[in-house]
Amino acid sequence: MVTEALTKRYGSRAAVDRLSLTVRRGEVFGFLGPNGAGKTTTLRMLTGLVRPTSGSAWVLGRRAGESVAGVGALIEGPGFYPYLSGRDNLRVLAGYAGAPPGRITEVLVTVDLLDRADDRYGAYSLGMKQRLGVAAALLKKPELVVLDEPTNGLDPAGITDMRALLRRLAAEGCTVVLSSHLLAEVEQVCDRVAVVSHGRLVAQSSVEDLVGRGRLVIEAHPLAAAASIVSELLGVDRVSVVDGMLHVRTGSESAALINRALVRADIDVTGLRPEARTLEEVFLQMTGPEQAVDDPSRDDPRERRRGVIGRRSPVR
Amino acid sequence: MSAPSTTRPSGSLGSIVSAELLKMLRRPATWLLLGLWPSVQLVFSLLIPYVSYRRGNSYEGSPPEVLLAGTLGDRLVQNSLSGLPLFGGALVMALGALLAGSEYGWGTLKTVLLQGPRRLTVLAGQVLALLVVLAGTVAVTFLVTALGSWAIAAGESAAVDWPTVGELVRGFGGGLLIAGTWGAMGMLLGTALRGTALAIGLGLVWILAIESLVVNVAAPLLHLFDVGQAVLPGVNAGSLVASLAGPGAVLRTPGVAAIVDGTQAAWALAGFGVLFIVLTGILLDRRDVT
Repeated sequence: MVTEALTKRYGSRAAVDRLSLTVRRGEVFGFLGPNGAGKTTTLRMLTGLVRPTSGSAWVLGRRAGESVAGVGALIEGPGFYPYLSGRDNLRVLAGYAGAPPGRITEVLVTVDLLDRADDRYGAYSLGMKQRLGVAAALLKKPELVVLDEPTNGLDPAGITDMRALLRRLAAEGCTVVLSSHLLAEVEQVCDRVAVVSHGRLVAQSSVEDLVGRGRLVIEAHPLAAAASIVSELLGVDRVSVVDGMLHVRTGSESAALINRALVRADIDVTGLRPEARTLEEVFLQMTGPEQAVDDPSRDDPRERRRGVIGRRSPVR
Repeated sequence: MSAPSTTRPSGSLGSIVSAELLKMLRRPATWLLLGLWPSVQLVFSLLIPYVSYRRGNSYEGSPPEVLLAGTLGDRLVQNSLSGLPLFGGALVMALGALLAGSEYGWGTLKTVLLQGPRRLTVLAGQVLALLVVLAGTVAVTFLVTALGSWAIAAGESAAVDWPTVGELVRGFGGGLLIAGTWGAMGMLLGTALRGTALAIGLGLVWILAIESLVVNVAAPLLHLFDVGQAVLPGVNAGSLVASLAGPGAVLRTPGVAAIVDGTQAAWALAGFGVLFIVLTGILLDRRDVT
């Protein structure tokens, strides 16, 4: 799934503004952003419900909206006929999807709703409605599943089941695009994430990169000499100075090597630790009210929150 | 990147119509609205005239026997369809508005579209399913009216003289045409207003009030309205029923009057039906589904 400068304007307001995303086949992709950031509008454009004002979107090799055959989606909550049972709702949708009748029972089993399948949809709890929405998204055995807040209304057991389902779909080769506010869930399930704010892309990377795994923070004296040694060791583009500390893009397996090199150079190492942030912290930093959103190329949320972008520079 | 393809596997039109029929026939409102039509038709075309006859009442100076004659089998087409231009049409319009407008209220339009069908295929499925249900209702209306006429004739030992097959076929087709046009109008309103309440309200005001005011108040006063009433759907529906009722029929149901020629009325109604569906299609196809 690829979008290029995808834009949706309502009057003078840009709900989605030049959004360029890439979702690779077979990955679980998290799509994050605060309320009103443009996530659902983007997903609607990708599934053909809404036409873009400009830009393009390609899904499974075809233009978005033309290719919903291989796409199953739950967008902005489930919508079903309240007087029909869950099973009959799926029967109606199977008629539209061209799915065989036997598929209905399969997806009901998948979302653990078979016991209540013959109850009226109007009598369902929020969590059951949500699960039926996921079942509808799976009716066509899709190659790409787009789920907008699928855990809304689910109890902890339901959330765990949903997580397992997403992993199972990914294991079966299905590409999953997941929009969720449950960042811990996203962190556990997703391979890569994109963060949008005010309709614009703020970041797009692997979860590991985003939360700063693979990054070491070093406090040393003298700092310039330490930076020089680490740069020689790992490459200058991996090292930056932030707030009087070295930030090194490398895994914790390099910690002993770096420490040894610094000590040999007679540099005092007073701190050396892996940077550890949760996705929630990163998300809040990226999308906070003071966050400037006009420069999506910025990729370090911590620095942007501190307003230290200008002080950050590779050590030469 | 590969060139865009238009491949779009989804359900066949037949399976989509079946899905729409499942939706409509399981919906209590469908049975309420379409059950009311033949029931009210039966009450006003047979029951009330027959009770009046039994009590010896006269109708506009005519003897009570005129009332009895109006309930018998040879008046089957008129007695089955006379309510369609007004109250039957209002009920069918409400059904069309519910069919289309509820999809927005319940958020089911997006759920349906996400299964892959083209928007115009969805509309085609809905229109065909509505026509199937309306055809069944017109047939039921003919049937219950025929049973009522037969019971009255049997009770009064009157001769039973049914319409010819040709008259019945024309009557059935005319009834379906009128009902289909009103249903399409309801679908247009439900789609345009993306809901049911305002769509039904406006549709009822049009059918029950505006057209009546144009015909009964404005047309006698102003030439413009006298000419213009010939292009109103309700006037054409009433004219078609009057034409199908035959030359000797006593037209006492509001909304049934031979204002325009029957053939012209049929073409006008077909034109309205097509126009309503085309406009619905344009709205459905061009607007975002949010």
